[in-house]
Amino acid sequence: MIPASFDYSAPDSLSAALQLLADNPESKVLAGGQSLIPILKLRLAEPSQVVDLAGVADLHFIAEENGNIRIGAMTTHQQIESSDLLKEKCPLLPQAAASIGDVQVRNRGTIGGSVAHADPAADYPAVLQALDAKVKVVGPGGERLVAIDDFIVDALTTALDPGDIITEIQVPVEQPGVGTSYQTIEQPASGYAVVAAAARIGVSDGNISFARVALTGVGSKAYRATSVESALEGQPANADSIAAASLSAAEGVDALSDLHASAAYRTHLASVFARRAIAAAAGLG
Amino acid sequence: MATTTTTPRKAYVGQRIRRTEDPRLITGTATYVDDIKREGMLYAAVLRSPHSAAKISSIAIEKAAALPGVRAVYTGEDIKDVGPVPCAGSMPTLRVPHHHILAQDRVYYVGHPVAAVVATDRYVAQDALDLIEVDYDPTDFVADPEKAMEEGAVKVHPEYPDNIAFTYQQTGGDVEKAFAEADVIVSQRITVPRLAPSPIETRGVVAEWDEGMKELVLYSSTQIPHLLKIQLAVQLNLPENHVRVIAPEVGGGFGSKCNVWAEEALACFAAMELKKPIKWIETRRESMQVVAHGRGHIDHVELAAKNDGTLTGIKFKILQDIGGHHQLLTPIIPTLAVLMIPGLYKIGNFSADLTGVFTNLAPTDLYRGAGRPEATYVVERIVDKLADTLGMDPAEIRLKNFPEASEFPFATATGLSYDSGDYAKAFNIALDRIGYQDFLKEQETAQSEGRLLGIGISTYGEICAFGPSPATPAGGWESATVRVEATGKVTIMSGASPHGQGGETAYAQMAADHLGIPMDDIVVIHGDTAKVHFGVGTFGSRGMAIGGTAVHLALEDIVSKGTKYAAHMLGVSAENVTFESGVFSTSESDKTVTFQELAFEAAMARNLPPGTEPGISATRFFEPPNFAFPFGAHIATVEIDRETGQVKILRYLAIDDIGNVINPMLVDGQLHGGVAQGLGPAFLEEVVYDENGQLLTGTFMDYAIPKAKDMPWIESDRTVTPSPVNPLGVKGVGEAGTIGSLPAFVNAVVDALSPLGVEHIDIPMTPQKVWNLINERSQS
Repeated sequence: MIPASFDYSAPDSLSAALQLLADNPESKVLAGGQSLIPILKLRLAEPSQVVDLAGVADLHFIAEENGNIRIGAMTTHQQIESSDLLKEKCPLLPQAAASIGDVQVRNRGTIGGSVAHADPAADYPAVLQALDAKVKVVGPGGERLVAIDDFIVDALTTALDPGDIITEIQVPVEQPGVGTSYQTIEQPASGYAVVAAAARIGVSDGNISFARVALTGVGSKAYRATSVESALEGQPANADSIAAASLSAAEGVDALSDLHASAAYRTHLASVFARRAIAAAAGLG
Repeated sequence: MATTTTTPRKAYVGQRIRRTEDPRLITGTATYVDDIKREGMLYAAVLRSPHSAAKISSIAIEKAAALPGVRAVYTGEDIKDVGPVPCAGSMPTLRVPHHHILAQDRVYYVGHPVAAVVATDRYVAQDALDLIEVDYDPTDFVADPEKAMEEGAVKVHPEYPDNIAFTYQQTGGDVEKAFAEADVIVSQRITVPRLAPSPIETRGVVAEWDEGMKELVLYSSTQIPHLLKIQLAVQLNLPENHVRVIAPEVGGGFGSKCNVWAEEALACFAAMELKKPIKWIETRRESMQVVAHGRGHIDHVELAAKNDGTLTGIKFKILQDIGGHHQLLTPIIPTLAVLMIPGLYKIGNFSADLTGVFTNLAPTDLYRGAGRPEATYVVERIVDKLADTLGMDPAEIRLKNFPEASEFPFATATGLSYDSGDYAKAFNIALDRIGYQDFLKEQETAQSEGRLLGIGISTYGEICAFGPSPATPAGGWESATVRVEATGKVTIMSGASPHGQGGETAYAQMAADHLGIPMDDIVVIHGDTAKVHFGVGTFGSRGMAIGGTAVHLALEDIVSKGTKYAAHMLGVSAENVTFESGVFSTSESDKTVTFQELAFEAAMARNLPPGTEPGISATRFFEPPNFAFPFGAHIATVEIDRETGQVKILRYLAIDDIGNVINPMLVDGQLHGGVAQGLGPAFLEEVVYDENGQLLTGTFMDYAIPKAKDMPWIESDRTVTPSPVNPLGVKGVGEAGTIGSLPAFVNAVVDALSPLGVEHIDIPMTPQKVWNLINERSQS
């Protein structure tokens, strides 16, 4: 619980931050610290430099632009949870943000930090997958926009290269006629999801016309439940068809087994929470 | 028992008065151990065993010692003349393994202290730990108490080949006859896992050695500064009057700081060696790892009864997981479970068979409730199982077996004398408030819809207010001094050591009423052995019943002495003086003397009454004639989500009887916290080791303590049956909620699952465990 010593830098611009990372490859980026600080205190990581992005003003924003909502990487969960713009135009994200940790965590933790950490049970990844979100990355190789599915490689592993910084997350403005829901069962100690499901469901003429379903916590990384999505599309929007489609929510996933939940329980919960999220998104909750 | 006397409404006692401690605590101006800073202070860190069992071949400290800023590195060899960490158990069969403040040639569990570094700051000290090279030779280990009892099990200590730490048997009545003549016998294996006490402030010490005065001062986050002072004098071979222990603000203890810890003597040793103040603050990880876990039972219970539900006998077998060695009270705690196994019931025949077993795990010891939650849980579970077996209402079977109010003091088969009670009264109020019959109807309807609703009853009793000295290991009394200052202010010095309970407020309330002065005129001092001359400490729900009574007795002496002075000042005889609301008066004249005038005159002593000495102060000790026995009824209603196993608490009701109440707000706080610490083990908490004895629940990311959002609304009320064992009529409230709540939660969940044929579920009742049961039963 006592970290090893490190240099602390708090740049006030993105370019200064990038330069600090370039100058010292043993650096870690501090973006709220809700994961990094415990890791440092347990000496699971001993970076020689910590670059704190809190002072980089350019990373704090939520703005609508060309059908997308751009969210600065240093936007806190609390800011996302309480954003009127998001609540109106992308309600799934604030709903999920409200379920992260506790008030203190939400006041400090950031979306960029969470996505970069890629905890397999974090709340954002499944939500961002259901939203077809993109991650904007700036680094030594310039600037690039990475689809969330490509960004999260595995547990605690992302497409970030050394020296990269996430600058923003982009989510589309929600389509008319699409309902959304995020349903989670939390691990009682950490508050992370044991299993959670995000769903975006469009219904027209009583049939499901659009389905995006993604889950977190089940396996080593969040995933789109594409078999559930395809089983839903074109089906009547009723409890039976949703229940039937949800049964394959963990299909092909190597479910985790740990202190808090067995693989069998997680697999079961995947179906239950997928179904609940889909039903709620379809207005049947 | 309960006598009603008409007393005038008191200004302070009985009122919901906000805690006088709180302004400093909530504004960050209070001083905890880690707030203490001294010139030249050094910081200690402790290297701990990563193995559950190993021989130590060698320890190389050179690299650590060479790190800039390191002032000393100590190993077991350096400290071997420091006395062992004490164990207060005294049963004839007790075996006490070596418990040096640093390991000698072996380590017994993960976290066993092996070496210590002292350095100029905390970070250097921690860095240096990584540079100490310990050559361990890992040996076989046993990390499971039942496996440790098996034939041919690995020996935790070679000198005790059967791993048995102690055994204890007790019988009462004729239990074999009761079982032979029983109509029905029910039995159950019940496990009560280890719990991490998790006070918000971890342990911590600052040790200072005054070379000139040859005086040792230890600041420690402890519940028992006075007992610690004695132990340190013994361990460090110092005259007791050269040792001073100060418990500054203590951020919770829950029993975990009612102990004597290796690190306390270690810091003192280093301070004496280096002639520098030494600070050691425990990390949360160390706290989870080595602060003695509570509980750790595997219990077997058998209950004998007649077909009409009359309970006739109980057999109780406890396997207590000791861990690698004892702490202060380790072997004593499960004996409290033995004493309380009959619960609130008239069970005339009992037997108990207790075995403490060594394992290669951290030590266990007291944690809020300490033995009594285990007993209450076991008896309340088995009574429910009996009701289920007989097809009787669990409420009815309880009411049938309570002693009547007229039967108190009630002698139990375990040799106790329950002081006072009206168990049926509290329980009937609880049944009425919860709407018992209505709920049963609602449950029936819900069940017909496939929903799982349950109601859980816990009628609990506990033994507390420890306690008569002959029945306690280190004195069961408490002391108090009340000193009247020349200006009429009053200083109370209590030997109790409150650490969050609000003792300062409660004692001041008592004194304010007694002396007719404002609470603001009163200062309560505790937790400093140089300021308070005698004391035992705060644990076992004794702060008011024992500590408060000592204050009460001293206050009576103050009034008695004051009356003599006042009579002299009034020119009348003492019999003709009355003292009311801070004013001495007499029927013989209009003259009066205020308490403040009296205080001044007594201090100036210009006109002393004949045969009296100047000043007014009193020191009293209270030695209780018996324990006190709070009781009550807690009822929980729950609904279980069949699909996920999640339990939703619908209502929680607590009717408690803790005797007279000094401050209802403090009592509510104690009960609410207590219920939380029963909800924790019911649903969330369990210290988990892997098969290698490695701790898996080493942080709050994996060990779940209850959070605000986990708590139900607690509907609470009280009945008041004063205790006859102290003049205040109080019983004790610190542990009642923890003892009473666990069985209510478990019984509710079992009740909800009973349509599926579930008869028992072990705690913690995690969603996964509940779902597994539902899943298994639904498939079969």
